[in-house]
Amino acid sequence: MAGVHVTTTINSDPVEYVCPADESLMDVLRDRLGLMGVKEGCGTGDCGACSITLDGQLVCSCLVLGAEAEGRAITTVEGMADGQNLHPLQEQFINNAALQCGICTPGFLIAAKALLDENSDPTETEIRYALAGNLCRCTGYDKIVKAVQAAAKDLRK
Amino acid sequence: MNDPKYTGQEFKVIGSRVKRPDGIDKVTGRARYGADMNAPGQLVALMLRSPHAHARIKKIDISKAEKLPGVKAVITAADLPDLTEGNAGLFDTLENSMARDRALYDGHAVAGVAAIDKSTAKKALKLIKVTYEKLPHVTDVDDALEDDAPIIQPRYATEGQHGNLINKGEFGQGDIDQGFAEADVIVERSYKTGQTHQGYIEPHACLASVSPDGTGELWVTTQGHYSYRNTCAQLLGMDIAKLKVTSSEIGGGFGGKTHVWMEPIALALSRKANRPVKMVMSREEVFKASGPTCSTSMEIKIGAKKDGTIVAARAECRYMNGAFPGMWGTLGGMTAFACYSIPNNKAIGVNVLCNRPKVAAYRAPSAPMMAFGVESTIDQLSKELGIDPVELRLKNVAREGTQAPYGPVWGPIGIEPTLEAVRDHPHMKAKLGKNQGRGVACGFWFNIGGQTCSDLNIGPDGTVNLTVGTIDVGGARASLAMIAAEELGITYEDVKVNIGDTSSLGHNDTTEGSRGTFSSGMAAIFAARKAVDVLKERAAKMWQIPVESVIWEDGSARANGKEHSNLSPLTLKDIAKKAGSTGGPIAGHHEATAEGAGVSFASHIVDVEVDPETGKTQILRYTVVQDAGKAIHPDYVEGQFQGAAAQGIGWALNEEYIYGKDGRLQNSGFLDYRIPVCSDLPSIDTKILEIPNPGHPYGIRGVGETSIVPPLGAIGNAVSNAVGVRMYEVPMSPPRILKALDEAGV
Amino acid sequence: MEVFLSGSLVDSLNGLTSVEVEAKTIRELLTRLIDRYPRLEDHLEEGIAVAIDGTIIRDDWETPIPVGSEVFLFPRIIGG
Repeated sequence: MAGVHVTTTINSDPVEYVCPADESLMDVLRDRLGLMGVKEGCGTGDCGACSITLDGQLVCSCLVLGAEAEGRAITTVEGMADGQNLHPLQEQFINNAALQCGICTPGFLIAAKALLDENSDPTETEIRYALAGNLCRCTGYDKIVKAVQAAAKDLRK
Repeated sequence: MNDPKYTGQEFKVIGSRVKRPDGIDKVTGRARYGADMNAPGQLVALMLRSPHAHARIKKIDISKAEKLPGVKAVITAADLPDLTEGNAGLFDTLENSMARDRALYDGHAVAGVAAIDKSTAKKALKLIKVTYEKLPHVTDVDDALEDDAPIIQPRYATEGQHGNLINKGEFGQGDIDQGFAEADVIVERSYKTGQTHQGYIEPHACLASVSPDGTGELWVTTQGHYSYRNTCAQLLGMDIAKLKVTSSEIGGGFGGKTHVWMEPIALALSRKANRPVKMVMSREEVFKASGPTCSTSMEIKIGAKKDGTIVAARAECRYMNGAFPGMWGTLGGMTAFACYSIPNNKAIGVNVLCNRPKVAAYRAPSAPMMAFGVESTIDQLSKELGIDPVELRLKNVAREGTQAPYGPVWGPIGIEPTLEAVRDHPHMKAKLGKNQGRGVACGFWFNIGGQTCSDLNIGPDGTVNLTVGTIDVGGARASLAMIAAEELGITYEDVKVNIGDTSSLGHNDTTEGSRGTFSSGMAAIFAARKAVDVLKERAAKMWQIPVESVIWEDGSARANGKEHSNLSPLTLKDIAKKAGSTGGPIAGHHEATAEGAGVSFASHIVDVEVDPETGKTQILRYTVVQDAGKAIHPDYVEGQFQGAAAQGIGWALNEEYIYGKDGRLQNSGFLDYRIPVCSDLPSIDTKILEIPNPGHPYGIRGVGETSIVPPLGAIGNAVSNAVGVRMYEVPMSPPRILKALDEAGV
Repeated sequence: MEVFLSGSLVDSLNGLTSVEVEAKTIRELLTRLIDRYPRLEDHLEEGIAVAIDGTIIRDDWETPIPVGSEVFLFPRIIGG
């Protein structure tokens, strides 16, 4: 299959790559660009571990083709911290013990950031529904919800 | 010095809520899991799997696949000679990793391919031609014991009993016939539970590299890299010391990563191709071809006097082991009545084979199913007796001195305190509305110790490396650093914990049975105490006084006695700095079999609301009370309680393997095998009790597993109280609840 | 002393649930039992746990058995 040449922006950096037309954006990010923070839990859009934002919109990168990223802006977990300063969500996930094994954490961080970008003061129910596309098998979600609440408070300051 | 007895010491670091050392790596995407490692020149491997539940493999033609440009190796069972020397369990592992004469379940591997990329490997799979002869199959545990059921493994069939019945584990005391004769009220019921999967979010993944000189490396997501090393080396005829296995960060295991699955095949492909081989399971493969837990079918009978004294109890539960035998029924038999003191009790766990994947451990394996039956039956008994269900449990509760059904006499245990905490919890007094109900249930898990080593090295600046051989799945590196800091009298930040690969430490048993923090914690304590002895010797040298005059206090050596009052204390850092001139590097090691693991009990409260229109059950409120012995890091103890409860809730309400008439799995993805999502659950409240384990210096008990045991029974009891129908089958999915409501005329 | 057995171990002792054995350590106990009941050896491969006065010992066969102890043998436990 002939490769597709793609010019895109990832975590504010200009990036170019060539990928087969049927390759998922998740595989491009992980295998061609080394952005291993994008995790594969299912490959079918059910677990949210590969969540990224595409032009600000939360998507499962396993359901997007690499070729579709042409001319768009991608954010992955690698782009969340500002230099040495962690994003408040990253800080609060650590402070609240919101991760155990951590495989789902990048997806949750991206999904939670997408929520807080839209709604700076979500209720617990809003948080629970906004994160319903991300599976976590370790925590029972309790500490994740608390971490998002704490980060939302930090961000409102 | 190596006395594991509980001492009741005061703590400075233990019990605080420090930040975990792997936190930043995990929130920035830097942590490397099984699929996150690459090697120069690596190939991608894929597996061809049986589409049949049971079939004879008449012929496999790989010639076309081998000729496809970019394919570097194709293997079948013909490439895997039997080197197991009569070890039945090891042969099972070999046969499970690649079907030999027969495919035994839908998804059983039949051939493996390594190619330059994934698309080439996919094409190659299509070029492999397998000629199958379909055989009759059976996937239900009760059907498997019918006269006409096909025999799954003739080599395990025993004369005089059904060929699919492997063995029975029977436990108990007293005379149950006499006990039931004395009972005023007897409740006898049958129950079934569906097969569930651990559902770790990270699929199995590895990077294997075997060289023609017989050495090899395996990077793999596993709960037991030593066990993976030993098994793979034996299956492939490699020297154990020449295979280095490194455990990656692990994206959840819950028992499912205690056994090898496709790893021996990845190594065999690498050996054949003489190239590194990366193999990652798809989610569908994880469901079909890793190791879910047993489905079960059981009868529970409990008899009591009018005053609520339980005088007799009997349980018989058939555990579906998949296509290879395990000890699952035995564990179920041991746990069934462990929460109670019943003079006459018998619990029988039966192991049965079916055409389903080889069952693996799943968090407190085999206990939740029996507990569902027992806790549901006790609730029905309480209704018949007119006694509050919590009071009935308390009246018959096991205490220190009670003999466990499998033999030992309990020391100090926590079941009574957890039940008292439940009785007194504000949750029990909260008002309930229409179609809402509350349920309570108890659970037990053993916890285990096992072979453990650790290595503690003090650097020239006085910071410390602690290397352990148990893996960290839920924050163990934080807990172990806290323990080392506590013993040495230094700060948590001055200890860095590493998980050693198999070449850097001696054998460590798999991180299972809630043993990680218990066993490596014990090894860390004793390694640190040995290092303290060395530190004291060095201080004595620096002061030129006898070592007997040196004591260790708050992270410093102090000279004892008036004659040394001019000597200021030497901190660990002071001594470390001079290590080179006082005898060389300062270290402590500990290698032993950790014994004395303390049993752990939990009691749970749950409120549910059942929608009679849809049959959907919503969890409104959930409280976990569990004995932790001593919580090293309370955040991660709570996390274990909450995670275990959430898995139990999924098991109770939704999760189940669904097989079609064709014997094929119909829901091998997270869309149809639905684990709880964030909006399904309320906040899960936790209460940690600390009844010290007398067999650990700090009183630690394993905490990881017990709380998956009560939810099935607790939710069944709550549903019954909400809408008046008793559910005898798990999961209590909407169609089953609607059917029960319909049959009851509600 | 009397040693109690449970689970699938009972099969290898021809159905006996307890036997009289004299032993000072777990190793001695297991060696003597295997001499008398060779089928028990199969279970050693899978692992046997011993409870001495209520404390479970999984691996350390040098563990002494005090006089007058209550001893139980059962299959080795695994976990998740």
